[in-house]
Amino acid sequence: MLILIKGGRVVDPGNLDGIMDILIDDDRIIEIVPSGKSEKGGSGLLKGRVPERIIDASDKIVVPGLIDMHVHLREPGQEYKETIETGTLAAACGGFTSVCAMPNTIPVNDNRQITEYILKRTREAGNVTVYPVAAISKGLEGMSLCEYGDLKEAGAIALSDDGKPVSNSRLMRRAMEYARGFRLPVISHCEVNELSAGGVMNEGAVATRMGLAGIPNAAESIMVMRDIALCELTGAHLHIAHVSTHESVNAIREAKRKGIPVTSETAPHYFTLTDDAVSGYNTNAKMSPPLRSAFDREAVREGLSDGTIDVIASDHAPHSSIEKDVEFDFAANGIVGLETSVSLCLKLVEDGVIGISELIEKISKNPARILGIEKSIKIGGIADITIIDPEAVYTVDSGGFRSLGRNTPFNGWKMKGRTYLTMVCGRIVFENIMTQEGSL
Amino acid sequence: MQFERKDILDIESLSAEEISFILDTADRMKEISKRPVKKVPTLRGKTVVLFFYEPSTRTRTSFEIAAKRLSADTLSISSGSSSMVKGETLVDTARNLEAMNPDVIIIRHYSAGAPHTLARLLKTTSIINAGDGMHEHPTQALLDLMTVREKKGYIRDLRIAIIGDISHSRVARSDIMGFTKMGAEVVLGGPLTMIPAGIESLGATVAGNSDDAVRGADVIIMLRIQKERQQSFLYPSDREYSKVFGLNPERLKKAKKDVLIMHPGPINRGVEISSEVADGPYSIILEQVTNGVSVRMALLFLVAGGVRNVNSD
Repeated sequence: MLILIKGGRVVDPGNLDGIMDILIDDDRIIEIVPSGKSEKGGSGLLKGRVPERIIDASDKIVVPGLIDMHVHLREPGQEYKETIETGTLAAACGGFTSVCAMPNTIPVNDNRQITEYILKRTREAGNVTVYPVAAISKGLEGMSLCEYGDLKEAGAIALSDDGKPVSNSRLMRRAMEYARGFRLPVISHCEVNELSAGGVMNEGAVATRMGLAGIPNAAESIMVMRDIALCELTGAHLHIAHVSTHESVNAIREAKRKGIPVTSETAPHYFTLTDDAVSGYNTNAKMSPPLRSAFDREAVREGLSDGTIDVIASDHAPHSSIEKDVEFDFAANGIVGLETSVSLCLKLVEDGVIGISELIEKISKNPARILGIEKSIKIGGIADITIIDPEAVYTVDSGGFRSLGRNTPFNGWKMKGRTYLTMVCGRIVFENIMTQEGSL
Repeated sequence: MQFERKDILDIESLSAEEISFILDTADRMKEISKRPVKKVPTLRGKTVVLFFYEPSTRTRTSFEIAAKRLSADTLSISSGSSSMVKGETLVDTARNLEAMNPDVIIIRHYSAGAPHTLARLLKTTSIINAGDGMHEHPTQALLDLMTVREKKGYIRDLRIAIIGDISHSRVARSDIMGFTKMGAEVVLGGPLTMIPAGIESLGATVAGNSDDAVRGADVIIMLRIQKERQQSFLYPSDREYSKVFGLNPERLKKAKKDVLIMHPGPINRGVEISSEVADGPYSIILEQVTNGVSVRMALLFLVAGGVRNVNSD
């Protein structure tokens, strides 16, 4: 099938930026030319061919397919929270052509069978590409290493015990050394359990006022510093997940300055919200690490701005009302993010924190580089393309989410900018018919 | 003024005017408890549920006596006997209770915010917070305020020292907010492991040590020290605590001559407070208990009285 994406601003950082037309044949991009030339008969991009579908992308931004490298799809084991089908539909709706699936499923993705099962379910019901992340330690228990060689062969793209830290420093050291031999990045959930134990939100004035047990910044930053030291020791690729504190940002900035191979990510809620969002015992503002102070939020934004933080990933963590409509102390950690991420990211651009080009690096190019995959708009390349409508104004309605999770602190928020169309391997997996004009 | 609140969830949301009004109402209630027949028909036909997820003797008894003196029907549910041991959620339990149309639910819960969740869900039933986690214990603060006002005649500009485990104390949070709202100065003392981050934002100041906290105090509120806190490294031993932070006759000399000693109970004799001080002439610990009944009668009357809006004269 021949598809023409016409008149959009193509932004592929380090490669393209301009108003261009893109011609796609089946799963590949076959032509890219400056817009307007495609109509000029035989010398233009169509060369007499008639596209079956013309997508008018004028006033829109056409970018390499977005990657959310931190997603909990919950399948296998907790299909009442999310399935590979619904999670990848939410991803498509959010503009993501690829997601990394964290291993804290039931059973844990710590062996070939589970990795293969996830990929099989993705082939059967998936709407976007799923890259399984395998566990660092068996059962996420921090006691013994998983079989990284076998896992990589089965399709695992990275390693993480996400949700839990690897408390044993010796195990973490060996995991990083061993993983390096397979060129697998190690994604670290940084938390010192002894410091966070019992805590349910950020330690500070808000927690004190509400009578909730706090988690200090040091519970994260101490582990960030340990892992940076182990990264320096082992030379493995360390990726720090969901950075939330100013101390972590500073430590990563310093490590990068010294040339240590560390990369990092944060999530939209950490650069958008503070611990004030917990007021009223709002369990949809409870996550790990917790929402921090305004000072930390500012430091995270600076880290995004100066490149200390390479990636924005949503840490999409769907839960049902069974886990969330309970006392704050007992509510599960995590919020859904796939369907609000792009809008919150575009706010960063509007606020002048980063440019659109830097944003596309953080939600497509950099995750691709970290994971060792390619996302580019180039002739002959796979047609993974996202079209963003930066002017679309809408109100978030969690009731309309494709995800089974409704646990978002952003319900009712007025947003500007959202995904207009998502294409995976030349197949349109989502298009926003509400704002669509001029389609066939 | 008109008192229009459906629920009493915390001191934080009450205005100084509302607090004064509650205390005035409690002052009038006190007389009922002194009669030979300690019962008025005010809440006849009203149902008050005492729903205690945490063990409590003092607070529950106080509420129950308060409700009975106003002729309400009371029903007590404790965690051991309720369906929460069968795994029912707070939300489901609340909806089931509401289906039986109680007028007031008095709840004590080990989780901060649980009464607020109930109040949001139950549209007609009044909720009174009898202590939620480490958050607030508003009726304790109101009885503390009542007792101090009764003894001193006023609250404004008094220096109130609160000494002990501020971090884990819902009484401390409610007292800090209550006393500062009424114009008093609140000074906190205790080991720094027990002073939570950002407590100054509630309006209190933190003293360098317990002598500084006691110095010049008009009122000293000692908090119960929980012995299991030693396991979380909050203090080394009862011996050290008693010596450095406990209230004894020697340390008491630094306070004002007419100082009042208070304690929310139950007390650990010889740990946070010596027996000489607890039983001494400055102690008003048992008067706090007496006033607790009056304050709780006032609150039940204000939220469940024949009409919710009670006009003052």
